[in-house]
Amino acid sequence: MNSISVRALLVRGMLAGLAAGVLALVVAYLLGEPRVDSAIAYEGAHTHEHGEEMVSRSLQSTAGLATGVLLFGIAVGGIAALAFCFALGRIGRFGPRGTAALVSVGALLSVYVVPFLKYPANPPSVGDADTIGKRTTLYFLMIALSVLLTVGAIVLGKRLAPRLGNWNATVAAGAAFLVAIGIAYAFLPAINEVPKDFPATLLWQFRLSALAIQLTLWTGFGLLFGHLAERLLVPKAAAAPRGSQSVGRTAASVN
Amino acid sequence: MAQIAAPSAVDTPAITPISLKAIAPWAVFFGILMLVLLYFVGAEQGATSLISGENVHEWVHDGRHLLGFPCH
Repeated sequence: MNSISVRALLVRGMLAGLAAGVLALVVAYLLGEPRVDSAIAYEGAHTHEHGEEMVSRSLQSTAGLATGVLLFGIAVGGIAALAFCFALGRIGRFGPRGTAALVSVGALLSVYVVPFLKYPANPPSVGDADTIGKRTTLYFLMIALSVLLTVGAIVLGKRLAPRLGNWNATVAAGAAFLVAIGIAYAFLPAINEVPKDFPATLLWQFRLSALAIQLTLWTGFGLLFGHLAERLLVPKAAAAPRGSQSVGRTAASVN
Repeated sequence: MAQIAAPSAVDTPAITPISLKAIAPWAVFFGILMLVLLYFVGAEQGATSLISGENVHEWVHDGRHLLGFPCH
């Protein structure tokens, strides 16, 4: 395969990311925005940091939200497509659809869920404005660490596979990943800047809706991109009879 | 039915990996471009500021909160 298929996959990744972003935007608007509004109402009733409004709430919750979520979708879609190009044929005997699903699950866990469990998403009025630098650094550090450890676990799993077999190697690599993440969780500083009387239910619902947005984004991306990649890389898969799907594939046996 | 030449799932041929040389230029250029995009969505005018003012921050404010980035 040549660079044309990399380009074609990258374009499909960004488009799938955009489409998944639209789904995530719907979830963000329906589940997330009511909680953001409640949190801002709490903020308004207690402290007052924000002076005059530069962008109105109605714009922030529609066009602003759409800009953020859709650009995010395109960007992570592009990066995930590049990761897919690398992973395809290198992580075991998975076709394009299976590889896309695995890349998406891996991305959801390593880029979002693992950092989220240590430094969860916060609604407006949670978080001290003076510590934004520290919180941003720690959050991105946690993402970088989580991605690096995920890659490390995959490499470890591949190394162990010939000796332990695929199943045991995967379990061992997963366990090593959990231990390493646990150590990172234990040593990175905790952040607790929730105001004393901030409603616990609101915080919980906000964080659940933030999680739902990412779940939607990555599920949508994985399925859609997998479909597009399968169609691109395995032409006529549906039309061809069983056993003759070797177009675009080689008969190399891998174990 | 005679069991002749039934193609089993085990025989599914593996896919040839895309060579690193083919991926590298795309990964470097677009990888950086995508990361810059993520920076503007997630962090610009928060902890660090390349553009003065707060318009970028205010515009993507809700997205930043809901996508999990530290906002303010």
